[in-house]
Amino acid sequence: MQAMKNIRNFCIIAHIDHGKSTLADRLLEFTGTVSERDLKEQVLDDMELEREKGITIKSHAIQMDYPFEGEQYVLNLIDTPGHVDFSYEVSRSIAACEGALLVVDATQGIQAQTISNLYLAIEHDLEIIPVLNKMDLDNAMPDEVKDQIVDMLGCDYEDIIEASGKTGYGVEQILEAVIKKVPSPKGDTNAPLQALIFDSVFNSFRGIIAYFRIFNGEIRKGDQVKFVNTGKEYEANEIGVLRLDREPRSVLSTGDVGYIISGIKASKEVKVGDTVTHVENPCDKAIEGFEDVKPMVFAGIYPIDPDEYEELRSSMEKLQLNDASLTWEPESSAALGFGFRCGFLGLLHMEIIQERLDREFNMNVITTMPNVSYRVVTNKKEIIEVHNPSGLPEQKYIDHIEEPFIKAQIITRTEYIGSIIKLCLDKRGELKNQVYLTTSRVEITVDMPLGEIVFDFYDKLKSISKGYASFDYHITGYKPAKLIKLDILLNGESVDALSTLLHQDNAYDFGRKMCVKLKELIPRQQFDIAIQAAIGAKIIARETVKAVRKDVTAKCYGGDITRKRKLLEKQKKGKKRMRKVGNVEVPQKAFLVVLRLND
Amino acid sequence: MAGVYVHIPFCKQKCHYCNFYSVVSVKYREPFLKALLFEIGQRKSYLNREKINTIYFGGGTPSLLGFEELISIIEKIKNSFHVDTAVEITLEANPDDLNANKLKRLKNETSVNRLSIGIQSFFDDDLHYLNRVHDAHQAYHSIELAKKQGFNNLTIDLIYGIPGLIRKKWIKNLEIFFSFNLPHLSSYSLTVEPKTALLTFIRQGKMENIDENKSIEHFKILMEKTTENGYIHYEISNFAKKGYYSKHNSLYWLGGHYIGFGPSAHSYNGVSRQWNVPNMKQYIEAEKTKKIIFDKEVLSKNQQYNEYVMTSLRTIWGCDPEHIQNVFGKFYEEYFSKIIFPFIEDEKVYRQGNHYFLTNKGKLFADGIASELFMDDE
Repeated sequence: MQAMKNIRNFCIIAHIDHGKSTLADRLLEFTGTVSERDLKEQVLDDMELEREKGITIKSHAIQMDYPFEGEQYVLNLIDTPGHVDFSYEVSRSIAACEGALLVVDATQGIQAQTISNLYLAIEHDLEIIPVLNKMDLDNAMPDEVKDQIVDMLGCDYEDIIEASGKTGYGVEQILEAVIKKVPSPKGDTNAPLQALIFDSVFNSFRGIIAYFRIFNGEIRKGDQVKFVNTGKEYEANEIGVLRLDREPRSVLSTGDVGYIISGIKASKEVKVGDTVTHVENPCDKAIEGFEDVKPMVFAGIYPIDPDEYEELRSSMEKLQLNDASLTWEPESSAALGFGFRCGFLGLLHMEIIQERLDREFNMNVITTMPNVSYRVVTNKKEIIEVHNPSGLPEQKYIDHIEEPFIKAQIITRTEYIGSIIKLCLDKRGELKNQVYLTTSRVEITVDMPLGEIVFDFYDKLKSISKGYASFDYHITGYKPAKLIKLDILLNGESVDALSTLLHQDNAYDFGRKMCVKLKELIPRQQFDIAIQAAIGAKIIARETVKAVRKDVTAKCYGGDITRKRKLLEKQKKGKKRMRKVGNVEVPQKAFLVVLRLND
Repeated sequence: MAGVYVHIPFCKQKCHYCNFYSVVSVKYREPFLKALLFEIGQRKSYLNREKINTIYFGGGTPSLLGFEELISIIEKIKNSFHVDTAVEITLEANPDDLNANKLKRLKNETSVNRLSIGIQSFFDDDLHYLNRVHDAHQAYHSIELAKKQGFNNLTIDLIYGIPGLIRKKWIKNLEIFFSFNLPHLSSYSLTVEPKTALLTFIRQGKMENIDENKSIEHFKILMEKTTENGYIHYEISNFAKKGYYSKHNSLYWLGGHYIGFGPSAHSYNGVSRQWNVPNMKQYIEAEKTKKIIFDKEVLSKNQQYNEYVMTSLRTIWGCDPEHIQNVFGKFYEEYFSKIIFPFIEDEKVYRQGNHYFLTNKGKLFADGIASELFMDDE
């Protein structure tokens, strides 16, 4: 066991593609934790999807040994997820550390999300070590980016380490700074056990493996432990540290980072941010900052082939094993049949789940339009959480509806500021602050409804800023809003899967666009199809798909027969894949209409 | 009863709407004929000595063939197949190729006994839109000359739904046709086929698009006027006086067997359908390689059923559930009878005796109805 004074726990704060993973690889390599041969590109990202998307979805940890000035040090690198959807998990990883490397791409400068994570780290009193990465690139602008860093941190220019994850330049200096600047853990080895769970993973042989950092006390193999917030008790079947693989230990002490396996089968039982203590002689109180993360974005997921419902259910169950933040419950839709209402931390999370269903489980699904979680306050002052437009009580029972609000931070170049502010205002945003980070870079802070970003905000932001805008947000609470339910009717029949809750100011425009787009997507049939957008009984937009008046082709001779038969066979197959709403055949792509409104 | 189709893939110029295979260049005339004669000889057992009661020259433009060429092809067919003495031999002809001398020789020197003249319209502006070679005068004249030379079994093609073809002109076209008192008419709605110049021009905005409502109106007029004048609407696009149904085309619609020679020509022997490569260069290679390049599909039971439903419903003979039961089985017959029912309710199909037929309204939806009746493969 290492003396506490020779332990360093740190994390890396960086924007998505600023080279965090590559730099981490170099640290592991330099300390001999992994050989070059072991090093499949980016050791820390071990999900296939993560590697492809170039983002770390779930945090992990790894321990390195490093001799420095005659002493042996243990360095625990705790990885942090890189996307806004996972900001709570980031905060727990940060809480497990005493220091952070602030990695900034020398070609791009600081991005919005880096800043919010940096502030999280500063709030937790972490020692910040600024690193200027990608110095090997020709278009590095070290002076400008250093100015930004100095402006933000108030550090000296000399404190900023120039590095390159690609070439290994600066790695030794980084390790030296970690040892010299990051404080060693503080805590009382003799106090009752108090350990913070900052992550967990699912292993199909061992069940849930929880990662923790000990703040006080010791844990031994075989101890009876309790998870304070869930109240559940387990035996510590195996504890250990995280090297390239898990290495079991018999005891871990204050300051250590390690894992515990205790036969837990469901990821729901292990909550990030929870405190582990002993059943006998427990700690006085849990570690602060625990939150039961609630999904904020909801969407229906339905199998394309209705016969695959059970298969989808079992896939969802498996997904949930290693992703506790995914929630779901069965739901049925008149248009789409049986499926699930799923809750996600955010849009990226939703996208990841969809892709994992496709890749890992080979499930073809229809995802309905996403919506946020609303609070309906009834006349009797009851509060109902609504995750689905069809779950909205009748208007006469509603006193008012509240929707989640976010504080959004956007960093962009000055030339895009006007159009970005306009976009935010169009999305019912309220400009709160505007700060020039440098002469050419501005940070704006906007309060806006979360519901406005779930549709097309990212895409619009990206296109108006030509990609030069970074965006970060966190939820600030709920505010009353004038929300209404917009229904889509096909020949007078409401299509539940196409209902949306939205602000009344947007209803007309949105309803009209929906009708126009649906008209493109619904094929002509034997009768006219009226597509209507309605608020309650009031029709606000209408389009008509004209009936097919003839479909016969004139010629049918020797050479036409095969061709024509194949064509008609194909038509029939296509029709079979459509969903029937009343008497109208609706192709699947129509249910995703909202995502294509701006195509 | 079986048929022979010969595809003559040459044209003076390409009509904008046409998607049949043809070339304008004449340099392949000789090698083509050699390859064609080779193919006829090589495939003589394809139809198992079934009796041939129709030979059809289609194209392309068969009227571009010289007499010697035409005669040698017919001779080769007669020598290779079991051809009925009463065989109907049809030649598709363009009005601009038909002069008095040519028609006379055609009548006297060859055994061609039926002409199908590609009139399309009796108005110059329509012919111009379609990029036909001939003009309205040649259209009239060719029919008069053909009749004069003793071609009684005559048919012409008329196209409706052309953008410039207003209602009055369409009626006029039909009246002119009636005035010749011909025994047969094929009339097609102009369709914009993929990979045609017409589609390109419409996309580019250089030509007016066709109007579905107009086609429907024209089709209704067509049905009404032909009936008034004693023609029988025996297939969606074909009208004839009693006894003058096209033997060749009827064969296609009744599931008969046929062999097709020339690039892109299709053959069917009841089990499989095959089609020659639609490429002149590759086709003429056959003379040297002794191999005709073709694609082939063996029809599954479902596909055979699908084709029966698709073609029979288009005709005056209708679709026979008893035939379905005998050939495909009870399961198919029950499926058919169940699916067809709502179309009867909808007055698109009617039942007479034991057969099902399309109503005039149903004739506009023949494809959709057939598709609904199809049996899926999985």
